Amino acid sequence: MDLGLDEQQELLRNFARDFLEKECPETLVREMEEDEKGYSPDLWQKMAKQGWMGLIISEDYGGTGMNLCELVVLIEEFGRALVPGPFVPTVVLGGVPIMHAGSDEQKSELLPKIAAGDLIMTMALTEPSAKWTADGVHLEAKKDGGGYVLNGTKLFVQDGHVTDKMIVATRTGGSGEDGITLFIVDSNTDGIKFEVLKTIAADKQSEVTFENVRVPASSILGAEGKGWEIVEHTKQVATVAACAYLVGLSQMDFDVTLNYAKERVQFGRPIGSFQAIQHKLADAVIDVDGSRFITYKAAWSLQEGEDDADLMISMAKAWTSDASRRVVAHGQQIHGGIGFTKEYKIQLYFRRQKWMELMWGDADYHRELVADKLEV
Amino acid sequence: MDFRFTPEEDKFRQEIRDWLKKNLPKSGSGDRFSRTSDDNDANPVIYLEFAKKLASKGWVAPHWPAEYGGLGLSVIQQLIFNEEMAYASAPIGYSMIGVGWAGPTIIVYGTDEQKKEHLSRITNAETMWCQGFSEPNAGSDLAALQTRAVRDGDDYVINGQKIWTSGAHFANWMILIARTDQDAPKHKGISYFLLDMKTPGITTSPLIDMMGNHAFNEVFFDNVRVPREALLGEENRGWYMATTTLDFERSSIGGAVGGQKLLEDLKTFVAETSFNGRPIKDAPGVMGRLADCAIDVELGRILSYRVATLQARGMVPNYESSIAKLFNTDMQFHLGEAGMEIMGLYGQLEADSKWVHLHGRFQRQWMWQTGLKVGGGTTEIQKNIIAQRGLGMPRG
Repeated sequence: MDLGLDEQQELLRNFARDFLEKECPETLVREMEEDEKGYSPDLWQKMAKQGWMGLIISEDYGGTGMNLCELVVLIEEFGRALVPGPFVPTVVLGGVPIMHAGSDEQKSELLPKIAAGDLIMTMALTEPSAKWTADGVHLEAKKDGGGYVLNGTKLFVQDGHVTDKMIVATRTGGSGEDGITLFIVDSNTDGIKFEVLKTIAADKQSEVTFENVRVPASSILGAEGKGWEIVEHTKQVATVAACAYLVGLSQMDFDVTLNYAKERVQFGRPIGSFQAIQHKLADAVIDVDGSRFITYKAAWSLQEGEDDADLMISMAKAWTSDASRRVVAHGQQIHGGIGFTKEYKIQLYFRRQKWMELMWGDADYHRELVADKLEV
Repeated sequence: MDFRFTPEEDKFRQEIRDWLKKNLPKSGSGDRFSRTSDDNDANPVIYLEFAKKLASKGWVAPHWPAEYGGLGLSVIQQLIFNEEMAYASAPIGYSMIGVGWAGPTIIVYGTDEQKKEHLSRITNAETMWCQGFSEPNAGSDLAALQTRAVRDGDDYVINGQKIWTSGAHFANWMILIARTDQDAPKHKGISYFLLDMKTPGITTSPLIDMMGNHAFNEVFFDNVRVPREALLGEENRGWYMATTTLDFERSSIGGAVGGQKLLEDLKTFVAETSFNGRPIKDAPGVMGRLADCAIDVELGRILSYRVATLQARGMVPNYESSIAKLFNTDMQFHLGEAGMEIMGLYGQLEADSKWVHLHGRFQRQWMWQTGLKVGGGTTEIQKNIIAQRGLGMPRG
């Protein structure tokens, strides 16, 4: 039992931190808020050269064959640096389901491209019902000759507008978890339209409409009607990734705030010498560290296939969603007026925390799952 | 990043469990919170008998080096040991101060004679120690203590008063901090003594807590004369000896698992009980509350494991152990509170009421934890320590 990072993980973390401090400064984060694409192709290629897109892809498919715990270490750094763009959508929402359920052909075609940074992907799962559960999937896929025709609307699709391909969750029949079919769809297929949503984090989520979109049967991922299991697995990884992002984000918000409290002078002394401020930061450090280690537990449990992995993931997301919200709220309050300005950086963390708190199920959603799993 | 124990460690855990099954006292089943108020925490017989049984296994201070009567357990083995004792609510109070405070301090600062005199008697459960630190006017501001020890020839003469002294009415020995230099700045004039409780001039007087227990005492010193050999370490260095984190003091890590047992009992209660025809679990908020408790219990354990990780890697934890303690104290309090509130009106019943649920354990937990949020450094003082020592924030 050892909850710390091993040597390889530590190297990865240190390298990523140095790299992102240099390559993804605050100026880039702000620029990408206004940018149409929302990511820097130049940075994307540099990250690909580090092998990050292929971090959890096996060496057979051009990746480096590391594991989920390493991905968590890396995404924590992404949260710290607020790296904009489709990294998690590509690696987790695209790569994970293909690794999990793809045919040999699909894997050979797509995974090396992901690893090389030549393919941007996402998953189109949620719809206007805004549900994470299978009964929220209504987008219709109707058999037509040798292929299928897709009609419907997806909402909150991360980085959809810049993707080359999307994994689209559709309903080919049945109800609930039965009858959901996944398709790997070219994003530029006729009949697909993207409209970028304006969100508080200024990330790029899209409304994606499908109007008589024709896709071949060969583009099915897994088996017809059996897609939900693949989505569930992807959701597990995505939820852990969301936690990891929140851990890094909280840590950085906390670090910035702690420094500010030590430097800002009022009443002739640093405000950090007041107990009212000290106790907030003592609470915050529990929230930051607690988030980190409960996330590690979730990642490890999933990686090792532990029986209670789902419970650990829901515990981690419930706790981390609440805890990170408390951390950034303290961050705003301790910064006072300057924290409320657009110019100062702390607000960048505040807005993004809420985004990731909501993604893949907020605290209430996961608390309910924890309650269900207590088997009372 | 590895949350798994080795097969040897799992085996050790099983060995402790099996041993506890045979050796936990029948009376009260070793469960502190199931007892009635007249068979209370401070019952020395149960504690002493259990300490003797532990001693026969070498388990009073199993993490101490073998030369001092321990088994030299690894950090992780110690963690497992503490977890199993906490899960079983084993009555380990007899040796708590000796193992947690007196012994480690003697190991670091004691002379060979002091080590020889005291350490094996702690591990053999021959001596019970109490802690003479707090005073009526020196609580959170412990360094403001006024009890004096004045040099007189080869002796020291002690006058003053201590308070909140757990177990002083049974203890044979006391670790005592007293002022030896009246003129020095307050942290620099304090010395550390090992005091035989039979010394003439010591009076103890009970201080009954709000649970009705006699655990605390006031202790009065009236011209208590002790030899020079009673001084531990250097004169006037006592404050630093009392407050330095002793890197092998890890007897408290793992105690959070006591929360696990309470959670399991509460889960069973919620699953099996209906009030007026409605299962408790269907009442608004109950399951959400239980989920929060479960998350907190899990995280409390993880935060303790994190401290053990640092220790096992040979690092000295700083704020990490403070946050684990703080989190776990709050967690255990919230568990007690959750249990009581879920029981509604029944939550207020004392353990010996015929209507009581779960032996009144949750209301006792709730009250007991109210005390623990204060004892051994209040929540607020802990937060000051985290902020100032851990985060390097400036003092006011």
